Amino acid sequence: MSTVAAPGTTAAPVTLTNEELQRYSRHLILPEVGPEGQLKLKNAKVLLVGTGGLGAPMALYLAAAGVGTLGLVDFDVVDRSNLQRQVIHGTGDIGRKKIDSAAASIAEINPNVRVIKHEVALTSENALDILKDYDIVADGTDNFPTRYLVNDACVLLGKPNVYGSIFRFEGQASVFATKDAPCYRCLYPEPPPPGLVPSCAEGGVLGILPGVVGLIQATEVVKLILGQGEPLKGRLLLYDALAMRFRELKLRKNPDCPVCGTHPTVTKLIDYHQFCGVPKTTEVPQVASGDIDPVEVKARLDRGDDFQLIDVREVFEHQICNIPQAKLIPLGELPRRLSEIDPTREVVVHCKMGGRSAKAADLLRASGYSKVLNMTGGILAWSDKVDRTVPKY
Amino acid sequence: MAKVLIPTPLRQYAGNQKEVEVAGSTVGEILTTLTSDFADLRKHLYTDEGKLRSFVNVYLNDDDVRYLDKDKTPAAPSDTLSIVPSIAGGSR
Repeated sequence: MSTVAAPGTTAAPVTLTNEELQRYSRHLILPEVGPEGQLKLKNAKVLLVGTGGLGAPMALYLAAAGVGTLGLVDFDVVDRSNLQRQVIHGTGDIGRKKIDSAAASIAEINPNVRVIKHEVALTSENALDILKDYDIVADGTDNFPTRYLVNDACVLLGKPNVYGSIFRFEGQASVFATKDAPCYRCLYPEPPPPGLVPSCAEGGVLGILPGVVGLIQATEVVKLILGQGEPLKGRLLLYDALAMRFRELKLRKNPDCPVCGTHPTVTKLIDYHQFCGVPKTTEVPQVASGDIDPVEVKARLDRGDDFQLIDVREVFEHQICNIPQAKLIPLGELPRRLSEIDPTREVVVHCKMGGRSAKAADLLRASGYSKVLNMTGGILAWSDKVDRTVPKY
Repeated sequence: MAKVLIPTPLRQYAGNQKEVEVAGSTVGEILTTLTSDFADLRKHLYTDEGKLRSFVNVYLNDDDVRYLDKDKTPAAPSDTLSIVPSIAGGSR
């Protein structure tokens, strides 16, 4: 973790500088904000979980609005396919850590903002420690285990959880986990089984959609800080971009909610991968032949498991389609490029259909690599099972 | 005939329609008719034991039927039933 200082260590500023008075003048003349509200924003500490589709617009606007401390949780790297919606990152940031790219954009927009980088995957072990120093948590993650983790941690710590979620052309938003409001588990007690509900990578997403939903979240964050307006508590806002329609559903606090109900059974953070039916790496049945299904490779990537994904196809094939996290080493070059693969870490190899990568796996094993898996069916199977946007050729 | 709004992730199991007119005087009747018209939808809405799945919520107008009379909640032809499954997308 590259956290430099805990977010709670600075004394609260009591005045705005001349630069800030100028910068925030359009806020200062709003009776609902004014200098007092602007100071609240300056003293606020907001944690953004994820700097992707939802986190990007939130971070940009919250920074511009003058939120004094923004914590960012992300361990991903900018990929070209992110740029269609993750507007905090630019073309020149491809390959860069998202957290660094986001911090640079924030600094350019508003150097007054203190950015705290948490370059980790949020886990049951670190979540409470990371969240505890923030006033508000905004959930911009992309998977069910992290969403339940964020929710439960927020309930346990009594922090508002500003929620947004997207799929294709539709979005949801709400404010969960305040004392008097329902939490995410009141809405959905349990997650869907893995694979039943496709992720954005599988199902696609209109690039503008997370902008709209992320800014609804940002609006709620600012309202909570200012103590103005009616927070989106106890309400689920549904947005349909194609119909261009907003709807609102009533949410109720479930008295039997396992985490925020009257007799909670979840009193500490649990194993959210298990809860969501996503097997942990250690529980994955290892096929004797050293094969791994693309769906499992995806799950491992999403979890941030430590392994090296190597694409052994040719350069032109890689140009047609690729798995962003994979490193390209064509099979013919593999024997002389072994130094680029760490033998102490697990290796997953893939090609177009699984034939060449089987050869590569044999070659690696013969070269002393002990943990080598071959992704069955290659990128064509990946396209079928994981990401239909990956072109087949 | 009440109007049932089908969410994007489930439209593929409902003939790619975003809304369907379904006859029935209760929420349960409407959903039973809907899922017999679209058999694939059934396994996405109900468990093998016939219980509404816990990651799918059904709203009569803007109210969660869990807090009304569940399947027995009366539904008028002018009512709108919304199926709202959990979605997780946001980052990647």
